[in-house]
Amino acid sequence: MTAPPRLTLGHRPRLQPFWDVRAACNFIGGGTGTGLIMVAAGAALVGGPWWPAALVGFACVAFGLGMVFLEIGRPWRAINVFFHPQTSWMTRESVLAMPLFGLGAAALGAGLVLGADSGVAIAALVLAALIAAGFLYCQANILRAVRGVPAWREPALRPAMLATGLAEGAGLFLVVGALASPTPPAWSLWLALLAVAARGAAWSRYHRTLHRAGAPEASLRVLDRMAPWVLGLGHGLPAVLLAMALALPPTMGSAAPSVMAGVAGLLIAAAGWTAKLLLMTRAAATRGFTVPHTPVRGRGTSRPSPAPPGWGL
Amino acid sequence: MTRFVMVADLRRCVGCQTCTAACKHANATVPGVQWRRVLDMEVGQYPDVQRLFVPTGCQHCQAPACVEVCPSTATRKRPDGVVVIDYDICIGCDYCALSCPYDARYKVDEPTWAFGDQPTAPEAARFDKSKLGVTQKCTFCVDRIDSGLARGLTPGVDPEATPACVNACISGAMTFGDLDDPDSAVSRLLRENRHFRMNEDAGTGPSFFYLWDKEAGP
Repeated sequence: MTAPPRLTLGHRPRLQPFWDVRAACNFIGGGTGTGLIMVAAGAALVGGPWWPAALVGFACVAFGLGMVFLEIGRPWRAINVFFHPQTSWMTRESVLAMPLFGLGAAALGAGLVLGADSGVAIAALVLAALIAAGFLYCQANILRAVRGVPAWREPALRPAMLATGLAEGAGLFLVVGALASPTPPAWSLWLALLAVAARGAAWSRYHRTLHRAGAPEASLRVLDRMAPWVLGLGHGLPAVLLAMALALPPTMGSAAPSVMAGVAGLLIAAAGWTAKLLLMTRAAATRGFTVPHTPVRGRGTSRPSPAPPGWGL
Repeated sequence: MTRFVMVADLRRCVGCQTCTAACKHANATVPGVQWRRVLDMEVGQYPDVQRLFVPTGCQHCQAPACVEVCPSTATRKRPDGVVVIDYDICIGCDYCALSCPYDARYKVDEPTWAFGDQPTAPEAARFDKSKLGVTQKCTFCVDRIDSGLARGLTPGVDPEATPACVNACISGAMTFGDLDDPDSAVSRLLRENRHFRMNEDAGTGPSFFYLWDKEAGP
């Protein structure tokens, strides 16, 4: 029995060789940091402790941008990144980083000098949180604008990246809170629960949509393998821990709710970091090349190409 | 207006890689960097197999994704459609390289030589450190186009004003010229032959056309 002819015209996608773990760290630090700044601003508005969380948030964003500095080929020309706000999401992200750190310094400084409940500090932090939301939106669009990597080009990735940043922030807020206080505020547990549910839904939708729309098999394989682990350990388990922390009766001196919240928060954040790292460094297959027809030569016939090679449809 | 495009006749290309070698010679690209390359494809199963060779490289798109994402404006499109990179502005972030649907961009961080740790005399003479740490790609030999135009020559007609790969092609598979000129060779070839562009669904409007059959007669 003869096998059916293989009609695979073109060149298979390959893993993008340009952005490595340093670039992934920008999305990890930027997403976690901006999410944490937003949650810290929420905490400040309801009168909760915010200063340590905000400090960690700004440090995360700075870490991410620092890693980009190490990634680029000509770091001493980094100032040129501001030249193209008309269309480049990378420029827009960089532009927003300036007021973000300015307001961050103002909020942290005022919080330190005037007290964490000072109006100036809280106002600066809330403004910084608004800028942080914009920064996170820019990061989500940086990937969306990449036409050479279909797994990043998928529109459903944008809400997934936004939800991931928020969930990482809510998760890390629980970790920072667990180190500071034995009783996490109930609102922070509910927020983390909501954020983890939103992220789970957004990533599931992204995964489904990518399969439906078609993408390089190499990308789909990594995402398929990643999904159960990230969804189970990064969403299911933290949700159970958060529900238990919420259900436990407040007992004087018991650190159990705080420990459970801290572990849940760490799992939530780590799942986001893992997903981004894999998405950037392992699932980022290029488009490859597709030729729709073979040329008509001696035999006077041409083969059409039914599908791009190396794509799962 | 002028819009420079490349036309590759897939019926003629024999995959000899002379265009690749000519490009390397003309632009002094280092090992591992091929601004012009020829993809080698095979389709079908024995005994019914077809092989084809597809010259590719920067497609000098009408709506270049690289220009859109570039944060430094180092990558820009000239009025004649040629997409160029200013090596003195580029920060080497690779965002353009990722955005290119045609895998056409390269970045070299360290000097690399063809034979060991030391450059050969020609490599040393033509080494350009401004290309280190920045993105690079095919320019349609823009220096040849510009110097040719300055001397009153016609790109695609006069070899001195035509990309090196086109001049070198042994089978006449590659043709360069102005698509906005209805009398140019590229316009005529596209009128007389059936053609396609690769990865057209990326939506960038590539300026690299592939001929695959003659146009059906009236």
